[in-house]
Amino acid sequence: MERIPILQMGEFLLVTIQVDMHDRLAMALQDDLTDRINRTSARGVLIDISALEIVDSFIGRILGNIAKMSRVLDAETVVVGMQPAVAITLVELGLSLTGIRTALNVEKGMALLHKSFEASVRDSIDGHAEV
Amino acid sequence: MNLSGKSKIPKILQTDQAQLLTDWISEQIAAGIRKDLIKEIELREECREFLDLFSAAVQQGNFIDIKSAEWRSVREMLGSISRSRSQKGFTPSETAIFIFSLKQPLFSRLRLELAQDGESLLEEIWAVTTLIDKLGLWTTESYQKAREEVILRQQEELMELSTPVVKLWDGILALPIIGTLDSARTQVMMESLLQKIVETGSEVAIIDITGVPTVDTLTAQHLLKTVTAARLMGADCILSGIRPQIAQTIVYLGVDLADVITKASLSDAFALALKRTGAAISRPQTRT
Repeated sequence: MERIPILQMGEFLLVTIQVDMHDRLAMALQDDLTDRINRTSARGVLIDISALEIVDSFIGRILGNIAKMSRVLDAETVVVGMQPAVAITLVELGLSLTGIRTALNVEKGMALLHKSFEASVRDSIDGHAEV
Repeated sequence: MNLSGKSKIPKILQTDQAQLLTDWISEQIAAGIRKDLIKEIELREECREFLDLFSAAVQQGNFIDIKSAEWRSVREMLGSISRSRSQKGFTPSETAIFIFSLKQPLFSRLRLELAQDGESLLEEIWAVTTLIDKLGLWTTESYQKAREEVILRQQEELMELSTPVVKLWDGILALPIIGTLDSARTQVMMESLLQKIVETGSEVAIIDITGVPTVDTLTAQHLLKTVTAARLMGADCILSGIRPQIAQTIVYLGVDLADVITKASLSDAFALALKRTGAAISRPQTRT
């Protein structure tokens, strides 16, 4: 079965969805991704969906779930490059994907992840300093 | 009622056409046709052409059903006359007079022909009246349709014009909304905003509702949808230009705008957007 590749970039994982998602593929991605976060202790996940033309409610929910699962595993999710038509569809379906951070493109998404990662590192250092 | 066998009308139309035409035109001039909008020679041409077609249709003997095939060319001509008159600026009655003024000349012809036979005269007049009334209604209908097409086209143009997305700064878009927000307009607005976000890669979009007279729950819902869709794509929306009354309405309606950044004026929103994108505007130091 085909799988969506997950690339590692330092502390972050990069997922680029290039094919139209069907339900089994989405489930497989969910499994692979949680597995990878656990194995690599990644701090952030960037999902690029700019090539995705169609998103149904199931895929929308899976994306939301992936974000929640990553959160539990202490990794932040950023979804980037959503097409206008997809955004409109998701809104009309009533899926606002709260809890997912979004960015316009991979570059901006990476910057977002770096910023929040640095902030969290600084927080923890500050915390140690106080002790 | 079927007069086809004995009716004098087809014969009158054939033999007395020239006389009818003259009478008809003078009738229209007497009725006060707008000479500033149509030239007499043009009118004469139209009338002559119409009488030809009318005469040809009447020869078929069908006085009742103008929807049938033999009346097709008459209908088409009336349609095109109505359309061109509605564009020229004739009123509906001025357009209808074209066909209704044909009654008088026809009646006087009939009276001459059937002076002795009162019964047939009445029948003939009744038939012609019904026929011309139908044609008159058809004219008005065509006129109305032409007008509606114009209105529809203007509506579409207005829709396009009324939702411009402007780029205020590098990475900052603004969408000034003017007029009432209904579902159709919100759809256009949402699509053009999201498309522009993709094209320009803007992170902040300011939706300015200074020009929106009323905000009801539906409008608020539309706005929230737009904001959510933009957020899904990775752009933040700032809602600005909320007037005091609208702020009150929103609270009374119980609309939750907690997740949306709101500012009172466009300039406040712009200042915030600049801060967000990391840009700043400063006045140049004046030399003393």
